[in-house]
Amino acid sequence: MGKYIGKSIKRREDIRFLKGTGRYTDDIKLPNMTHSAFVRSPYAHAKIQNVSTAAARKADGVVAVFTAEDGCGEYGVPCGWQVNFKNGDTMREPVHPLLAKGKVNYLGEAVAVVIAETLAKARDAAELVDVDYEELPAVTNPRDAMNEGAPLVHDQWADNAAFDWCIGNDRIAVEEALEAAHHVTELKCRNQRLAPNALETRSYIADYDVNNDKYTLYSSTQNPHLIRLLLCAFVLGIPEHKVRVISHDVGGGFGSKMFHYTEEALLTWVSKEIGRPVKWTADRSEAFLTDAHGRDHVIHAKMGFDKDGKILALLSDEYCAMGAYLSTLAPAIPTYLHGTLFQGVYTTPLIHLNVIAPFTHTVPVDAYRGAGRPEATYLLERLISKGAQELQMDSAEIRFKNFIPPFDGVSQPGYQTQVALQYDSGNYEGTLTKALEILGYEDFKKEQDKARKNGKLLGMGISTYIEACGAAPSAVVGSLGARAGLYEVGHVRVQPTGKVNVYTGSHSHGQGHETVFAQFVADALGIPMEDVQIVHGDTEQVAFGMGTYGSRSLAVGGPAILKSVDKVLEKGARIAAHKLEAAVADLEYAEGKWTVKGTDKSVSFGDVSLTAYVPHDYPEGLEPGLDFSSFYDPVNFTYPFGTHIAVVEVCKDTGKVDLKRFIACDDVGNVINPMIVDGQIHGGVAQGVGQALLEEVVYDEAGQMINGSYMDYALPRADDLPFFETSNTVTPCPHNPLGVKGAGEAGAIGSTPAVVNAVVNALAHLGVTDIQMPLTPQRVWKAMQN
Amino acid sequence: MIPAKFEYKKATSVSEAIALLDEYGMDAKVLAGGQSLLPAMKLRLNRPGVLIDIGGINGMNEITEEGENLVIGANCTHAEIAGSELVAEHVAILAQAAATIGDLQVRNLGTIGGSLAHADPSADYPAVVLACDAVISVQGKKGSRTIAATDFFLGIFNTALEEDELITAISFPKVDKGTYQKFYQSASRFAVAGVAVVWSGDHVKVGITGVADTPYRANAVEEAYDGTGKAASKAVDGVEVMSDHFADAEYRAHLARHMVRKALEG
Repeated sequence: MGKYIGKSIKRREDIRFLKGTGRYTDDIKLPNMTHSAFVRSPYAHAKIQNVSTAAARKADGVVAVFTAEDGCGEYGVPCGWQVNFKNGDTMREPVHPLLAKGKVNYLGEAVAVVIAETLAKARDAAELVDVDYEELPAVTNPRDAMNEGAPLVHDQWADNAAFDWCIGNDRIAVEEALEAAHHVTELKCRNQRLAPNALETRSYIADYDVNNDKYTLYSSTQNPHLIRLLLCAFVLGIPEHKVRVISHDVGGGFGSKMFHYTEEALLTWVSKEIGRPVKWTADRSEAFLTDAHGRDHVIHAKMGFDKDGKILALLSDEYCAMGAYLSTLAPAIPTYLHGTLFQGVYTTPLIHLNVIAPFTHTVPVDAYRGAGRPEATYLLERLISKGAQELQMDSAEIRFKNFIPPFDGVSQPGYQTQVALQYDSGNYEGTLTKALEILGYEDFKKEQDKARKNGKLLGMGISTYIEACGAAPSAVVGSLGARAGLYEVGHVRVQPTGKVNVYTGSHSHGQGHETVFAQFVADALGIPMEDVQIVHGDTEQVAFGMGTYGSRSLAVGGPAILKSVDKVLEKGARIAAHKLEAAVADLEYAEGKWTVKGTDKSVSFGDVSLTAYVPHDYPEGLEPGLDFSSFYDPVNFTYPFGTHIAVVEVCKDTGKVDLKRFIACDDVGNVINPMIVDGQIHGGVAQGVGQALLEEVVYDEAGQMINGSYMDYALPRADDLPFFETSNTVTPCPHNPLGVKGAGEAGAIGSTPAVVNAVVNALAHLGVTDIQMPLTPQRVWKAMQN
Repeated sequence: MIPAKFEYKKATSVSEAIALLDEYGMDAKVLAGGQSLLPAMKLRLNRPGVLIDIGGINGMNEITEEGENLVIGANCTHAEIAGSELVAEHVAILAQAAATIGDLQVRNLGTIGGSLAHADPSADYPAVVLACDAVISVQGKKGSRTIAATDFFLGIFNTALEEDELITAISFPKVDKGTYQKFYQSASRFAVAGVAVVWSGDHVKVGITGVADTPYRANAVEEAYDGTGKAASKAVDGVEVMSDHFADAEYRAHLARHMVRKALEG
């Protein structure tokens, strides 16, 4: 531990956020800027007979109106991950047009865009665009999309499957093991569709500079460099060095701002057409309709146990919605980020998952906080708790029986799963033991007995999760279909006065990189944190980067920076040795200075950096300057894990669930800033509880979203939640120099099944074994009636 | 989130507001607190040509004791009602209901007159005005009149107000004992079932909101009341119960009975 690492240092960025002086994309006003409004489909599926823009073009303040006829969007926005059919057939990949041509495939799909002098004028004129639609039948449920005769999303294929994929052991072997098992627990459920609901809606400004033939795109993205690459190389075919993507402050994303959206590309194209900057910011209704949604799996799973509760086999058949088009990472989410977690924290010897991924007449589905891993955790943790209930075993005991034993990944090897991954290090029983202690398990059981005697419905649910973060070794993800590498870039520029700028390719959308990265850089250099500035979110300041998602920033971005710090110190040592007239081998570096071992002769970091830039008396043959950039490609994913326990009381009269306690004991490896990790866990748990109890995107038969506003889509509020009891254990990651694993998604992954397990546990004596999410009062009450 | 174009007129007196209403007719909407109207306008679901702002009219946001009644000005906000000592003393059930509306921002701007005139079938006040037998004072171009609460609500977003009429005040007979019990819709926090019960001697008056497309007096409950919660089983007798994705008719009817029981049992 250094001076800063491990300390709950307050977040630097919060000063501007709390004062309202952050700089989000919508805050930017460029000279001569125009505004845009989209004309969006009111149908989930319809033929476009005609688009008439004449009236809109003539409206007051209108600069231009564009439709698909204007020659944009022929190639569409690309998908970044290819998952093929298990029989070897290539993934079906429809063109995802910037503006719909001939047919609309989801509610809210853009048909035209109106550019005007003000936003109000753009909105008014958008209403004058007259689109003739012929409504067609739609399918929104992924299981229904595979029914014989289901409406086709893309007519060129015989059915709606984008791919049909499997992972794990041989299916027949798994089925035979289930057949022979003492007990088989079955789960038929839907991991429901969620809207991401970032606080800041998506916002873009495109600015074409005719003098330099250069584009600047301001984007509320998690992923500036990747957006630039996709925009240039795939969508618009413009040279990459002619595009700058700037992403200042970003107000949350939960994954939804990772992807390359049609509006980004279209506005970039429009800006050149009109020769002026153009802005678009989604309103909340558009966010509901057009941000890529999360989850949406229809699941039929089985877990086989022996008579002692040991898991023998796991089989799951799932239909996982892709939506109308393949979003940037969509195919990876229910496959390589889902099936690869089916080992969980258990020694299950036989595992098989089959995923059919249908197109549906909905907005695309892609990564949402946890992305595939919450769905895996939900299934595993519901199955094992349901299994315990059916076998009349204790839900903690059955987990202890099945845990993979502790291993540190250093003196003991990593754990090879049945589903491709090798875990780095883990102590799964450790977090359960600690969480049960915090709960006071024995006391809880007595309390529960007493509550039941008094007619109260008290329940407790456990979830022992694992996730794969720190994406990822490029060669590995490449072999799994990724069309990008997943390394990170860290650039350390020491200024002549010894002050340090750090450029990272990861990009904060709320996580606190500016604080955390400065903490470990300051410690590594032995200088005050105030002397370290973190720069991110600009493709012309940061050499390259793969952005922030999948809890990767610190685990992948951190080591990239440290590699550059090492290079700085290595070169600095040569300069210091010259100044001290000593050999490099005789120097030691601590607290910001190089000292000749065993003497009091030393030279400071600032002296050395000044010498590097004023190299009058300087080592022969050494380049001036102190400025290094590094790429870091991890050797493995990282595997955070933990135990979440929920305690609930269910109102017997109304079915309303009162979450009374929530205990989270997480192991995210080493912790640089405990307060920030706690904050990540808190936010994640709130979101996971939201999925368990409140949230769901609901479509009607025609594919209309019936709850696309906060009047009808319920997000958790402060008074829905108790004070969380957070704690942790530390099992360092053995393969990165910081020993960190990532904390951004853990809360959302672990919490959901803990809450559902708790509610089912509260009603277990009434014979309830499962309730579909979200566990609304109505669903819980109805479960009690049956 | 930009409304369609509209003209804005600020009325400085009730008579001016009525004159404007008369002038613009169906094209005009009255703006009080704006907490239902403005979101609908921003979504362009509602697009009046003229907004008549009554928020600045003097004397419309007073709470006064008039003999056996407490008179609430139509422009009183939910927060003013929830925080009023006079209301707490004389019609506590009204303060109790006001405090459950929306969130703090909504309560600081939304008004009782606006809420009643809007007549959202899940709003909270209708249950209370029904149970209290409140009287709604309105003014129009033909002059002033009063409407009994039980005659006021005609259907979903539909009231006995004439096109040129404005609610000016609501008069509540003082209440000795009453309670408002609400089951919240988890997103909007409107009432899925909101039940107001007011006691007068051995009798009760029961107003129910959120359950049917029009708030109603549960006459069957009132007739069957025996001092216990038993009569609650009649909470939806003769009522067509609403259904949505939060609560279907079966569950909503159950909630109505449960909330009535809870209220009756005090």
